[in-house]
Amino acid sequence: MTTDTRPLSPHVGIYRWQITMTMSILHRATGLWLAVGTLALIYWLIAATSGPDTYVTAHWFFGTWIGQILMWLWTFSLFYHLCNGVRHLFWDAGMGFKIRTFYITGYSVWAIAIILTALAIIFAYTAGGHP
Amino acid sequence: MSLRTPLAEARGLGSAKEGTGHWVAQRLTALALIPLTLWFVVSVLMLMHSNYVSVVNWIHAPWNAILLVLTVLTVYWHAYLGLQVIVEDYVHVGWLKVSVIVALRFIAVILAAIGIFVVLRVAFGG
Repeated sequence: MTTDTRPLSPHVGIYRWQITMTMSILHRATGLWLAVGTLALIYWLIAATSGPDTYVTAHWFFGTWIGQILMWLWTFSLFYHLCNGVRHLFWDAGMGFKIRTFYITGYSVWAIAIILTALAIIFAYTAGGHP
Repeated sequence: MSLRTPLAEARGLGSAKEGTGHWVAQRLTALALIPLTLWFVVSVLMLMHSNYVSVVNWIHAPWNAILLVLTVLTVYWHAYLGLQVIVEDYVHVGWLKVSVIVALRFIAVILAAIGIFVVLRVAFGG
């Protein structure tokens, strides 16, 4: 393409690291990872509705260590994308654009996402839906 | 071929002439997914040690079936809109970009149809 030879404006390379840039790309990364996670959702729905045998297989898979790691990565990604998504919705409504607010809401997203993931893990391995 | 300059063509219309609908749909599906995903996560946590019969009974309950259908539909709509933007940002070869976006749209619709079908099959007791 002809545009390849044009000079470029300074891009991310000239900035020092900031939490806001990490959070921005993580929003996209978690979104992509959650899209992959929908395959697990569909697999679980098919397995759970197709009969006892397929259900037991899915139940076994999500209970293996690799299944557990995948589930907790999806859980954290979901809570992160959810919290940061709410942050995005406030920006879309024209709120939260002060530099200080960016940092406060940014660290809050991390805190809430980690706490919700931790609560989910604690619940799952203790009381967690035991019949 | 138009004799107007590219600027004149673009002025007042924006270069793309579309996109607002995409932007609004992404936000509205995001808004809908706040309660839907919270409900889904809590449900999965409650069901994670349940046996086959309990899970089928849970899906069979009308409100659970309705919320599951809404969740699957909204998740794939929102995921497609997000993936489309990622492809548009990073894939710069025209035919490849269009092909991947079309493929993603087909995959999203097919997976959503499968998810909704299996829920309804149980909900209607088939």
